[in-house]
Amino acid sequence: MFESLTDRLQGIFGELRNHGRLSEADVDVALKEVRLALLEADVHFRVARDFVKRVRDRAVGVEVSQSLTPAQQVLRIVNEELVETLGGTAGRLDWTGPVPAPILMVGLNGQGKTTSSAKLAVRLRKMGQRPFMIACDTFRPAAIQQLVTLGKQVGCDVYEEGTEASPVEIARRGLEWGRDRGHTIAIVDTAGRQQVDERLMDELVELRQAINPTEILLVASAMTGQEAVNVAQAFHARLGLTGLVLTQIDGDARGGAALSIRAVTGIPVKFLGVGEKIEALAEFHPDRVASRILGMGDMLTLIEQTQEAFDHDEATRLQKKLLKGQFTFDDFLGQMQSVRKMGSLQSILEMIPGLNQLTKRPEIQAALNEKQFRRVEAIIQSMTTQERALPQVIDGSRRRRIAAGSGTKVQDVNQLLNQFREMQGMMKQMSKGTMPKHLARLMRQS
Amino acid sequence: MFKFFRRPASDPGAETSAGVSQAATSDAVPTASITGSLGKTRGGLFGAVRNLFRTAGTLDAAFWDELEERLIAADVGAHVTADLITELRARDARRAFASGEDAETALRELLEAILARAGDTGLYLPEEGVGVVLVIGVNGTGKTTTVAKLTRYLQLGGRAPFLIAGDTFRAAAIDQLKVWGDRTGATVFAQSPGSDTAAVVFDGIGAAISRGADTIIIDTAGRLHTKTNLMAELEKVRRVIGRRQAGAPHETLLVLDAVTGQNGLIQAKTFMGSVGVTGLVLTKLDSSAKGGVVFAIAEELRLPIKLVGTGERIDDLQPFDPSEFVRALFS
Repeated sequence: MFESLTDRLQGIFGELRNHGRLSEADVDVALKEVRLALLEADVHFRVARDFVKRVRDRAVGVEVSQSLTPAQQVLRIVNEELVETLGGTAGRLDWTGPVPAPILMVGLNGQGKTTSSAKLAVRLRKMGQRPFMIACDTFRPAAIQQLVTLGKQVGCDVYEEGTEASPVEIARRGLEWGRDRGHTIAIVDTAGRQQVDERLMDELVELRQAINPTEILLVASAMTGQEAVNVAQAFHARLGLTGLVLTQIDGDARGGAALSIRAVTGIPVKFLGVGEKIEALAEFHPDRVASRILGMGDMLTLIEQTQEAFDHDEATRLQKKLLKGQFTFDDFLGQMQSVRKMGSLQSILEMIPGLNQLTKRPEIQAALNEKQFRRVEAIIQSMTTQERALPQVIDGSRRRRIAAGSGTKVQDVNQLLNQFREMQGMMKQMSKGTMPKHLARLMRQS
Repeated sequence: MFKFFRRPASDPGAETSAGVSQAATSDAVPTASITGSLGKTRGGLFGAVRNLFRTAGTLDAAFWDELEERLIAADVGAHVTADLITELRARDARRAFASGEDAETALRELLEAILARAGDTGLYLPEEGVGVVLVIGVNGTGKTTTVAKLTRYLQLGGRAPFLIAGDTFRAAAIDQLKVWGDRTGATVFAQSPGSDTAAVVFDGIGAAISRGADTIIIDTAGRLHTKTNLMAELEKVRRVIGRRQAGAPHETLLVLDAVTGQNGLIQAKTFMGSVGVTGLVLTKLDSSAKGGVVFAIAEELRLPIKLVGTGERIDDLQPFDPSEFVRALFS
């Protein structure tokens, strides 16, 4: 639904290649699109307004360089400014002072406080700490059981007293309990608040005074709309937040809330909640969130996942084979399995700028069908070693055998053989330094 | 096939036909009125819009810019806002608004029209046989709490809901539903955490039917709409429901947090595409969030909002009425 900002700017600046400098008029047209992109990403309208103003000041009069198109030029400034705003001080946790150092987790209902508490515990333990959790959400039914269950899952102690005692009492006794057991950090899970609920806010303030936390982390969903600013301000004003945990970043929300909260309260984003798995708490990288906000995908995450999934030496070897046109079906199968290790193809494509819109189209959806992959796998596995290395030996009778062996039709086998030949041809072409036309077009768009 | 589900209106003889808003029956629910719970919204940015209308001397460019920003601040979304402003400005150009109030009336009408176009806000459950309500949504929007509130709500309407704990994934979700079951006196059907939701639902419907339940409410695990495997699981659950009980689920309610921004539209679109949503439940409207994304959803997807969650107590669930909703925003 959201056209990538790059595409839109490219469109606007299409005829601008001859200009020497970016004029005010050029920049203003571009910034209208930037503003719209920010608003679509749920950046608070005031933050968006200030942001656009800053970019304008920087962009007007900038020389259009040889290497970058005007669109890229503006985008670069926008991106730099975004990264600067989001970044700044590094998101380190502070646990100096008396042990166990209390970390207070606060936020609205349903943003993922309890889950983030457990994820944080896992992370801290990996860093050599001995964390435990205190269940102070006495309000939501079964919130305590949820924390206890998560604690068991990750092998982390949980201190709880049920729902009768006050959170302040529970936290005080919890800290003593943890100290006796040699824990170094206490993660204090609190009840979800509606910002308007003064009574619960008061309780949090009391809790803060009682345990004097070294960190007060606001847990907020990347899906949060314009309200993010008011929420963060309200919590910050009463509690003095030290950082933000941005959750549900594994969805397709663009997470403008992070920019809004950072710009208005100045608190840094410390962690990103990225998945259902308990290990899924990631370090915050401003550049990644910046490109998400701009709807430009998340290339860096993709590159990292690729590095994890592929063996580097193997990749070099394959590259050589590819360029020489010696790529075999065995290599192809290996590649396919590596790709699938990275997650569904759809999620991979969604991270590539310009391609994320493509994945929403029905014909692409059909092509990404996992069944299709299993079929291709079956076909290749029904080939002999010789056939995989030298596909040209596959004649009519072999095709029928392969089809029967893999439970597919001869047409399916033919289709795969054709695609494979085409791919080999394409690779040879690329190794000669010319890029196949349709690939070149695709690259330009993104 | 289905009769309009009648709530215990103060005037039980009143015929409420499909397509007519439920303003008439909403007073039967013994809670604070929707107007009261929207007080915070009204005092917030829509309140600001209202003040803007009151103070505007001339409707100049600055007036429109500010109006635009305020609609955006309410999460109405850049596109719907642009359309609204364009329309209002066009009307102003044709025949100038005499005052800010005139512009307010026009905006209110436009907003109401968007919600009205989205469709019928009534809940439809069969009067004969068992009615099935499937409750879905992303994580943390308040599905389980909504199931509990809906239970109470339907109990007040003379039904006896039977709950199925389909969220076998989130730690303690089953316990949470059981607590609500105890509080409302509704039977909760649950299996062990981690079991296959479709299997739980299949067995649960069987249990409900053999106990002669008239309504089944199915809680499901929160899932991000981008997780293809989890969405496939939900599609399976829906298929199983349909196979177990012909014509079911009669209502598939997507629970949306009012705090959600523009992603709400994508959520609604994706869930609609995969399991066919019949209506929205807008939760946490008692916070200061505006829930303006419902306008974008209504405009683009024609998906009606059926219920609103207006508080943390079990009876804080109201039928949604477009005209009353918009009126409350401006009154």
